Amino acid sequence: MNRQFRISSGIGIAIVFILGMFLFTCCKGGRKAPEVNLEVDISGKEAVIQDIKQAEKIFQALPSPLESAMLIKSAGARFEEKLLNPVSNVNKYITNKSMALNLGVYTCNLSFASLYEQTQLLIDYMNAAKKMADGLGILKAIEQEDIDRLEENINNSEVIMDIVSQTFMNSNSYLEDNGQPATAAIVLTGGWIEGLYISTQLVDMNDFEGNKLVGRIIDQKLSVDILLRLLDGSKGIAAVDELMAEVEKLKKVFDKIRIDTSAVKPEYDPDSESTVLKSEVQTDMTPAVFMELSAVVKEIRNSFVI
Amino acid sequence: MKTVRIILLPVILLVVFGVSASAQCKAFARKECLPNLAGYTHDGNYHAAVLVEGEEAELYKTFYSDMNYRVSIVGDEKLPDIEFRVLDSNKNVLYTNRDKNYSSTWDFKLESSQQLKFLIRVPSAGRAGQTPSRGCVAIMFGFRLKK
Repeated sequence: MNRQFRISSGIGIAIVFILGMFLFTCCKGGRKAPEVNLEVDISGKEAVIQDIKQAEKIFQALPSPLESAMLIKSAGARFEEKLLNPVSNVNKYITNKSMALNLGVYTCNLSFASLYEQTQLLIDYMNAAKKMADGLGILKAIEQEDIDRLEENINNSEVIMDIVSQTFMNSNSYLEDNGQPATAAIVLTGGWIEGLYISTQLVDMNDFEGNKLVGRIIDQKLSVDILLRLLDGSKGIAAVDELMAEVEKLKKVFDKIRIDTSAVKPEYDPDSESTVLKSEVQTDMTPAVFMELSAVVKEIRNSFVI
Repeated sequence: MKTVRIILLPVILLVVFGVSASAQCKAFARKECLPNLAGYTHDGNYHAAVLVEGEEAELYKTFYSDMNYRVSIVGDEKLPDIEFRVLDSNKNVLYTNRDKNYSSTWDFKLESSQQLKFLIRVPSAGRAGQTPSRGCVAIMFGFRLKK
């Protein structure tokens, strides 16, 4: 083996490593590990192209904070300011993990405030979310002009929803595009847990049976595995591993809830020009399981905002 | 040292180009994919990636019975028409845009909340001897409450 070959082999392994790291970090929610064979001659560009072609992108899409807030409102829940994370807590968050979690939490809070037309709160929470985004170094996520535009359109719910949606997209796209999928996943986790916390706290136990909000909470069982797979894409990072352990506790309670869905039949509805996915569902969650779920969610959420 | 530089250069270019292409996907998604959600509220999530002809992506998401949804899946103009299929948890195909002339949007609603899987494929144009095209593919969801 001559010196030239030894150098090329070493560089070859480095190339495989760099490509592997690049492919691992470029996409949200994890991916199937690219099949990297160190024995393959990677000096040619065809091998590199083949490697990229084999990479499969897998997106795990959690409900966004805006969608969570919309689901809570659509279930007829009332607005309760005391359930939100006070903006006065904003200076407590100094680690990347706490800022990422509370960017999600505050985005959920501002979505909630916007849907219930709590105008001053909305601006306060937009400023709190901006502070978290700035702290994480997310450039141009929420700019002063967004807040000014919000104030100018405070009675225009469509514009407000558009601003909330865009600022959230600015944050998560920045994190994804700058190789920070773990932080993006933590932000989403914070927002999802906050939505679950608010909804569980708003359930009136005297009106449990047939409560629409309880139905929405049961539906979140469908997203727990998505959340775990999302976090699993960044497994090995301490902050993510800690969160996974917390979400596993939640999953254990969700596993006690039964959801039986019949076969789905798609039918085109010409009136609405959309496809209706027809199916029937039967669910079962006892008040005791709900109380257990509510307690676990509260414990996790409080650990985020403390 | 010359050998090292020659070998490392394409790698550095690939990584830099890849990150740059990824960043460009955001602008692409905003310009080409988001406008298709007119009439719906964009949920704020961002799913985009650089794909090569023949490559597939998957997306998992829970959809709720209270909402009307629109999905917009758009590929860079360098790519062939993007094909997508929607599957339920039993892997039954509920929709394919091949039946709709590769439409980039699909409007749907659900009678009961479901987790659905979207399979997105960039077909191969099949040009012999040419490097496969690569470009951004963006996937975005909009929702509105059922009336």
